[in-house]
Amino acid sequence: MAASNYEKFKSDGTMLGNLTEWVDARFPLTSMWKAHLSEYYAPKNFNFWYFFGSLALLVLVIQIVTGIFLVMHYKPDASLNASGVPVAFASVEYIMRDVPWGWLIRYMHSTGASAFFIVVYLHMFRGLIYGSFRKPRELTWLFGVMIFLALMAEAFAGYLLPWGQMSYWGAQVILNLFSAIPFIGNDLATWIRGDFVIGDSTLNRMFSFHVIAIPLVLVGLVAAHILALHETGSNNPDGVEIKKRKDERGIPLDGIPFHPYYTVKDLVGVVVFLMVFSVILFFMPEGGGYFLEYNNFIPADPMVTPQHIAPVWYFTPYYSLLRAVTFPLFGIDAKFWGVVAMGAGVVIFAFLPWLDRSPVKSIRYRGPIFKVFLAIWVICFFILGYLGVQAPTPGRTLVSQICTVIYFAFFLTMPVWSKLDKCQPEPDRVTFR
Amino acid sequence: MSCDEKVDCGRRRLLVATAAAGGAAGVVAVVPFVASMLPSERAKSAGAPVEADISKLAPGEMMTVEWRGKPVWIIRRTKEMLDQLAKLDEKLADPASDKQMQPEYCRNGYRSIKPEIMVAVGICTHLGCSPTEKFRTGAESGIDPDWAGGFLCPCHGSTFDLAGRVYKSKPAPDNLEVPPHRYLSDARIVIGEDTKGA
Repeated sequence: MAASNYEKFKSDGTMLGNLTEWVDARFPLTSMWKAHLSEYYAPKNFNFWYFFGSLALLVLVIQIVTGIFLVMHYKPDASLNASGVPVAFASVEYIMRDVPWGWLIRYMHSTGASAFFIVVYLHMFRGLIYGSFRKPRELTWLFGVMIFLALMAEAFAGYLLPWGQMSYWGAQVILNLFSAIPFIGNDLATWIRGDFVIGDSTLNRMFSFHVIAIPLVLVGLVAAHILALHETGSNNPDGVEIKKRKDERGIPLDGIPFHPYYTVKDLVGVVVFLMVFSVILFFMPEGGGYFLEYNNFIPADPMVTPQHIAPVWYFTPYYSLLRAVTFPLFGIDAKFWGVVAMGAGVVIFAFLPWLDRSPVKSIRYRGPIFKVFLAIWVICFFILGYLGVQAPTPGRTLVSQICTVIYFAFFLTMPVWSKLDKCQPEPDRVTFR
Repeated sequence: MSCDEKVDCGRRRLLVATAAAGGAAGVVAVVPFVASMLPSERAKSAGAPVEADISKLAPGEMMTVEWRGKPVWIIRRTKEMLDQLAKLDEKLADPASDKQMQPEYCRNGYRSIKPEIMVAVGICTHLGCSPTEKFRTGAESGIDPDWAGGFLCPCHGSTFDLAGRVYKSKPAPDNLEVPPHRYLSDARIVIGEDTKGA
C-alpha cells in the first residue's frame, strides 16, 4: 500500500466532513478507500476476462447471504421423522414448499454453487492465458489455489446436507478414498466420518464445516488474495508491468483508478451475469440434472446405491483423474494412487509460477507451442469432465488415462517447452485490441 | 539470535522458555478437539446384533437387513447356483477366500455355514457402494455372455459371484465381507454374533 495510506481527511466544515475527520482519526477509512479503490491504479486495458474476479466476489456474497437464511430453516439431522423421511431431507423440502420464498433462496444457493465454479474456472483460465501467476504475483496465485481448494471442500460438505441419495453415496465414495491411505487410512476415514458408517455425526460435522469453518477460511483467503494483488498491482492482457512507466506524480501512465472506472465497468458484468443467473434460477434451476442431480430428490438410503452415481459437474474432471488410475503401484492399492492423482491435479496449479520459464507472460506474445499445448490441455480438461459423469467402460477408461497423462504432462514439461517457445517481443506499454 | 550486552540474557531465556512452554500447552489443547471427532461412545455401542426371519425366503431370492448401518444380504441359493460356484475359480481374485474377509467357519467353497444360505455385507470393498443384484445368467444379464449370476457394483463396475467373491481385474481388492452370524433355528438367523460369543 502506498504512503497515502496515512493521509487523514481534513474537514471542510460540513457535517459529513466533520464525521469523516472524526472517523479518520480513529480508523483508516479514507486511506483504505484510496489504497484499494479511488487511488488503486489498475491497467487501462482490462478486457472481458477481467469480469470474473469481481463476479466471484459477488457470488461469494450471494452464497453467504442465502446461506444465512437457509440455516434458519434447515436441520442437520439424519434420524427419520414420523413419516419415515430423514429430518434433514424433509427440512429441505419444507424450505422448498412451505417457507415463504424458501424455494427462491434455496435455488439461489444451489445455482450459486455451480455459478461459483463457472466463474472461478474462467477466472483461473484468465490467469493462465495472461500469465497472472508469474512473478511478482506468486502469492496472489497461491492464495487463489488455496481458495479453489477451500471452495471444493465447501461444495463437498454442502452437497451432503440435503441428505439425498447422491449426497449420501457421493460422500460414501469420497470419504472412503481416505481409507486407501496406507496404515492410517481406515482410522482416518472413521475419524472424518465420526462413525463407522456415514451417518448423523457425519452430517452434523459437514454442516459445521459448511456454515462456519470453511466460510471463515474462505473469506480470510479472499482478503489475502486481494491484499496481495493490491500490493503488486494487477496484471493485464499484455502481461507488461504498468508500474515501470510512471508520470511525475508516481502514477502509472497506463493505470486508471479502480473506482470509478472499473467499479462501473464491473457493474456491466454484474448486470449481464445476473441476467444469465436469473434465467437459470427461474427456468432451469436443476441445470438439466447437472446443478441438482435427480437422484438427490430421493432421500438417502444406506441400503441401496443408485444405479448411476456421478459427482456434480464441477468435480468431474478430478473424479476422472481419480478413476483413471486402475493399477496398483509399489505394492499399494490403485485407489490410493487415484486419490494421489486427484489431489495432485488440483495442487499442481500451485507450482505454475515456477514451472513457467517463458520470457513473456501473455498469450498475445507467446509462441505456437504454448497456444497448441494449452488448447490440447483445455480439450483434455473438458473430456475428463465429460467422462466423469459417464459410467466407466474399458474404452472410456483408456481415453481418461490418455487425458490424465496429457493433463499432467502439460505442467511437468512446461519448464522445457516454455523456454523453447518462439515468443514475440512484448510492447513497452499496454495496447488495446 | 546472539546475546550481546544490549539484551538481558536472563530475561531473554525466560521469555523463550515460557513461549516454548506456552506453545507446547497450546498443542496439547488441540487433543480434546481432535478426539471429539472420533466415534462417540454411543456410536461405538450401536453394533448390536440383529435377528432375521428367513422362513419366507424362497430359493433364488435375497433379502436385506440392516446391521451397524450397513446392508446385510441373505440369499437362499439354488442347487444350480451352488454348482456354478466351483467352476468360477479361474476368473476370481481370491477363489479360496485366503484373505480374512469371513469368519473361519465360513472359509469354504460356499463362504457360508449352510451351503444354500449366503450371508454377506452388501458393501463393495472398493469405495463402499452397495452392489446391485444380477442373478440372471448369460447374455440376459447385460454383463457378459458367460455371466454366472452375482452382483455388479454400479459405482466402478466391480463384479462379485453368488458367494460374494470378487472377479479378477476389478477395482475392488477383496471379496465381500461375511459378517459373524449363527442360526437360532432353521428359520431364524442372528447377524453380528457367532457361537463363540453367545
